[in-house]
Amino acid sequence: MAQRVSLFVTCIGDQLFPKAGIAVADVLERLSYRVDFPEAQTCCGQPAFNSGFWDEARKVADHFLNVFDDADYIVVPSGSCTSMVGHHFVDLYRDNPAQLARAHALESRVWEFSKFLTEVAKVDDVGASFPHKVTYHDSCHALREMGVKAGPRRLLKSVRGLELVEMDTCEECCGFGGTFSVKFDQVSGGMVRTKVNSVLATGAEYVVSIDSSCLMQIQGALLRAGSPVRTMHLAEVLASRL
Amino acid sequence: MIFPAEKLTAAVQNPKLQTAIYDSTGRLMEKRRVAIAPDSIDDFQAYRTQAHRIKQHTIENLDYYLEQFERNVSANGGKVVWARDADEAVAFVRQICKEKGVQRIVKSKSMTTEEIELNHELEHDKIDIVETDLGEYILQLANEKPYHIVAPALHKTRYDVADIFTEKLGEAREEVIEKQTMIARRRLREKFVTAELGITGGNFLIADSGAVTIIENEGNARLSSSAPRVQIAVAGIEKLIPRAQDLATFLRVLGRSATGQPLTVYTSFLSGPRRENEIDGPEEFYVLLIDNGRTKVIADPAKRQSLYCIRCGACLNHCPVYRKIGGHNYPWVYSGPIGAILSPQFHGVATDPWLPYASSLCGACAEVCPVKIQIPKILLELRHEVTEAKRVVGDGRLEKLAFQLYSFVMTRPGLYNFIEGLAPRFFPGQSDGKWLNKVPGVMSIPPVAGWLSQRDLPPPPEKSFRELWRERSGGRA
Repeated sequence: MAQRVSLFVTCIGDQLFPKAGIAVADVLERLSYRVDFPEAQTCCGQPAFNSGFWDEARKVADHFLNVFDDADYIVVPSGSCTSMVGHHFVDLYRDNPAQLARAHALESRVWEFSKFLTEVAKVDDVGASFPHKVTYHDSCHALREMGVKAGPRRLLKSVRGLELVEMDTCEECCGFGGTFSVKFDQVSGGMVRTKVNSVLATGAEYVVSIDSSCLMQIQGALLRAGSPVRTMHLAEVLASRL
Repeated sequence: MIFPAEKLTAAVQNPKLQTAIYDSTGRLMEKRRVAIAPDSIDDFQAYRTQAHRIKQHTIENLDYYLEQFERNVSANGGKVVWARDADEAVAFVRQICKEKGVQRIVKSKSMTTEEIELNHELEHDKIDIVETDLGEYILQLANEKPYHIVAPALHKTRYDVADIFTEKLGEAREEVIEKQTMIARRRLREKFVTAELGITGGNFLIADSGAVTIIENEGNARLSSSAPRVQIAVAGIEKLIPRAQDLATFLRVLGRSATGQPLTVYTSFLSGPRRENEIDGPEEFYVLLIDNGRTKVIADPAKRQSLYCIRCGACLNHCPVYRKIGGHNYPWVYSGPIGAILSPQFHGVATDPWLPYASSLCGACAEVCPVKIQIPKILLELRHEVTEAKRVVGDGRLEKLAFQLYSFVMTRPGLYNFIEGLAPRFFPGQSDGKWLNKVPGVMSIPPVAGWLSQRDLPPPPEKSFRELWRERSGGRA
């Protein structure tokens, strides 16, 4: 019987990049996983948590726990949402032993998509084909809180026809940062322009990342700059075939 | 939220300043990268862990080490002076000046003296207090505060320095850095030989030997601490380390993290006044230990690690926000990520409630911190404290309401699904990023206006995820 994987598509993925969520399911099914989509899912609570509204975040986290309690694996096309569930739920529940236990029980079952592929499914080559020049943006939380660095690059290098070119600021934040992007719009805008300049210098056709929120920020800045370069979630690249 | 938005924008939009900051911090980042590589040092990460543990142990047992330090300073013939706050600290220096008839003070670089605004206070007394670190000297002439913990004049180009030296010192214009340095050297030598009091900071206070360790590159701290008759080292109480041998850990991580140097040019140990038969050194030696809010920070177990900081400045260099807004837009002398966690703890979260929010939480600071302070985690704690403090005084109601609405929607999947379907339904077939601008009144919503001021919003998808999912499962069944 195929191993079951529950997809948490994330709220930004849900609203703006539904194809990335579908691509995650496509790739996982190709690897013989049974993909389940719990319909009652919404958000992980990170926007409220990062803004200091822990009570509101806790309610959303409670909902998440209820929805995903019986999941074997939860796969997430986002590093920061994975980090919220895997690292920060325990902060929210530090005064609530019962919920804390549930949060701890979830830690080892929630996986960022690329990390799941390289460390659980143990694959680098998913049989994809994408004959384009791409550059990879390291999402901060995946990079620094989960050590996701080599995995996505191995996956990309195994894609037929794909040429990976590194940008000089691949590890530098795109400037999104949740509400930071609108509260400190000028600073966030300055950060993403630095990122976009670095992207453009590579001559890549696509910027690939594992986080929809970074993609929203970078895509928005590319559109504003009138650049034809597009963003794409890693899952969509890996789901591509000739 | 009230914050200096215009000043931040001015910094971001100043190309000359941006170039100065990016060049300087970029150089420091690159030097650090080389200095921590395996061919320079075996297992740098292990030293970070060790440094963290030593600081943790020291801060948890600070009372013990402070008393041990005081005993050993006394045994060496010096004296420890305790200051509860900036006023007490300044009062002590003032008293020494009065007793000893001090007219001139030479001072080496010290963030703690910036913190207590020592120069500013003593200038009232018509005392000539001279900064002898080159960067600090430039800033003192320009009447500015340090822009950076380690490189105070990081934002000044050599052309700026030429302007300052011409205007303030009446020197012939000189744009060559080496020659500018010689001007400062000539000017400062006169001060060193005539000053009655020398003031330094202290990088590490060694409990088991009662010595103050100072690291520097210019030799001015060594001169400040040996030429004048009286010497005062000023330091926060968190600068303690238990044993001299712990320096083996800290000296390895500090220089590398700060400037990419395996060791700075000078490492000085100040352990008391001149002894019999010694030909130089001060006649009197004081260590001025300052609390000024530190014990309050220690009282909070979740955030006391903020005091492990050894002031290397690596978090500033690697912070994409610091690199955009620069050092002077932080409200206190400590800028960058470390300033963003120290200021609210010293001054209370209500003083500059915007500060913990001025971060994308990218974590670059924690990644490079030589003593592994979890800065983003502390910022999150502080943000929580800010919202609690605002709730108590009834501030920020609108944002609170927005997040209450958010959690209301996010715990009701039916409502969430309904909202999810709105954008694709009302804005079908959008191909550019301008679709949101077409919504009437949308620019009066601050977050939307904030987003659109800098970038477009990618167009909404034609079909929602759930729609796609149903089609996909349907086709398969």
